Amino acid sequence: MRLSTCLAVLLLAAANVGPAAAKDAAPGPNEACMMCHADAGAKSASGKPIAVDAKQFAGSVHGAMSLPCTTCHADAAVTQVPHGKVAPAQCASCHDRAVGDYAKSAHGLARAVGQSAAASCASCHGAHDIRKSSDPASRTHRSNLAATCATCHGNEELARRANLPGGNVAAHYADSIHGRALAKKGAIADVVPVCTGCHGAHDIRGKNDVASRVSRANSPAMCGSCHAAIKMEWEKSQHGKLRQSNVLQAPGCIDCHSAHDITLPSDPRFALGVIDQCGSCHVDFAGTYRDTFHGQVTELGFAQMASCASCHGAHEILPASDPLSKVSAQNRIATCKTCHPKANANFALYDPHANRHERQSGQLLFFTGKFMDLLLLGVFSFFGLHTILWFVRSLKAVRERKAARGGMQGG
Amino acid sequence: MSTLARPAPGLARGHSTAGERRYFERFDRVDRVMHAFLMVTFIGCALSGLPLIVADHDWASRLASALGGFRGTMLIHRVCAAVMIAVFALHVLRVFWSAFRTGRWLDMVWSPNSMVPNLKDVADIVGHVKWFLGRGPRPSFDRYTYWEKFDYWAVFWGMFIIGGSGLLLWFPFFFSQFLPGWIFNIAMLVHGEEALLAIGFIFTIHFFNGHVRPEKFPMDPVIFTGRISEHELVEERGDEYARLVASGRLAEVETDAPPASTVLLGYAVGTIALLLGVTTVVLIVYSLVT
Repeated sequence: MRLSTCLAVLLLAAANVGPAAAKDAAPGPNEACMMCHADAGAKSASGKPIAVDAKQFAGSVHGAMSLPCTTCHADAAVTQVPHGKVAPAQCASCHDRAVGDYAKSAHGLARAVGQSAAASCASCHGAHDIRKSSDPASRTHRSNLAATCATCHGNEELARRANLPGGNVAAHYADSIHGRALAKKGAIADVVPVCTGCHGAHDIRGKNDVASRVSRANSPAMCGSCHAAIKMEWEKSQHGKLRQSNVLQAPGCIDCHSAHDITLPSDPRFALGVIDQCGSCHVDFAGTYRDTFHGQVTELGFAQMASCASCHGAHEILPASDPLSKVSAQNRIATCKTCHPKANANFALYDPHANRHERQSGQLLFFTGKFMDLLLLGVFSFFGLHTILWFVRSLKAVRERKAARGGMQGG
Repeated sequence: MSTLARPAPGLARGHSTAGERRYFERFDRVDRVMHAFLMVTFIGCALSGLPLIVADHDWASRLASALGGFRGTMLIHRVCAAVMIAVFALHVLRVFWSAFRTGRWLDMVWSPNSMVPNLKDVADIVGHVKWFLGRGPRPSFDRYTYWEKFDYWAVFWGMFIIGGSGLLLWFPFFFSQFLPGWIFNIAMLVHGEEALLAIGFIFTIHFFNGHVRPEKFPMDPVIFTGRISEHELVEERGDEYARLVASGRLAEVETDAPPASTVLLGYAVGTIALLLGVTTVVLIVYSLVT
């Protein structure tokens, strides 16, 4: 077998297929393959490019190990040249654990049902240029990973066609606090999560998969793997307690912070947007908040005013009945004082969620509201009608006067 | 702004010649300046406060941003409010000062020049409505008609309701020293509702009564020029005219024709106010409907 290969190579060399290419080819077990595949323009019988960049391969993790081509392309241990069609590389022959994880991942499951757009090993790792993830030149190095994932998850057209979850999440990530920190380089860039930080690598699972790191149930633990102190604070909050009693609707991290659009809480976009997030469950409170000066100013798009978290806290949120709550009777003045240093006990008795349409918010407020409604209705009804009647009559009077004048001129 | 029980001031020049239109002074310079201040500060308060009431609409955000954002609108609102309160206070002082100076305290509440409603006003309302419906002659009015008196007292009511609640909301730490916290809930409610009433009233009813009704269209510049023509005085305020003629005081209030520049300025300012007001009302109605 080996003899025949050598013969074939010699024959090819004699046919002067490419002596220059042969010189560039990496020495070692792949020399024979590279006799053909080193030519940048090399094509198979069916016209498919079959070139292999020898330098690239030499720089790859497999090249550094001097693995022969046949490690991956086992069926390419050919007896005649040119050889026929070769099966796809079998990564599993060495990387059985990674491939096993992949098979159960969102990508693997999608591939298994024939969705060819779903990522395979090579989609993320490359083929002959595979480098270790720790290598800064690697597609899967943390500095390059977002771009690698973005080849699909940052492609609007593909995201739409393949119905990728979240659409163009790469753009959202790039604009998020994590993405911006990553772009800054420096120390923060070494710790900030890239895609795999939250989603995992080979075992990426959809958020609806209960085993997913980013499932509703698991995501707080996942965020908490970095934000441990905040997670502990949240666990003691009303929302965290509800989660512990298996109320999965209770908000975790991403309900307020989103998954890919995460911004600094001081960012006006967050400060204003989170009000609607709170309001998506606390509908009545969001409504009465919009009746207050705080709520009106924030609705106009100015973030200087108190939003939900300013009074209720964020991760430590507790019901007013809990003495530890920021809005409990015990703590309320102190909470007001964070913005209004001159607040006193009476000031803190202002009801920031008063509903003028309900008597329990105060009889006086209720009846004042009714009185004002009647006053407006009365004034506008009387003067509205008065004005309309007056207008009609005046038009008639003016016309009559003109007609009279015209008649006089005519006579 | 009209005056309470101050006789029409006489600045008669008495040099009218036959064939020329005669003019009489209806509002003196102080009243006209006060009305101008009231108008500007009212529009200032309205435009800077309104975005809050219809905050869920895009145009409100844009208007607030155009007026300088949160800080800018707040500054405009408070400066206008302070000036408006000052003008109002000066007017009240002026009315009392006038009564004190002349010693005719009763005139303040009971005279044709008084702003206090009387039985004639009740009869005028009935008569006017009958005229609207074609069931009677048009009533002959005196110096101040019932709708003008309503406008006038509406300012008083508004100053107490909006001004009072506004001050509560402006200085909450001072007032909360002796007032309970829920007073701010009430203040917030009435400030907004009364503001809608005032804006809606001034920008529709007041504008119509004073300016755009067919007899006045496009505008009655009397509040800017201070002068009313003899024709108008006879037509619109027959009782006053008759009273002035009977008492022989007509010449006392006669004045020269309004200078063209004043009329032009009046029309310009009035048109701007009218456009701003009508636009505002259209936007409010649009916002309430959608």
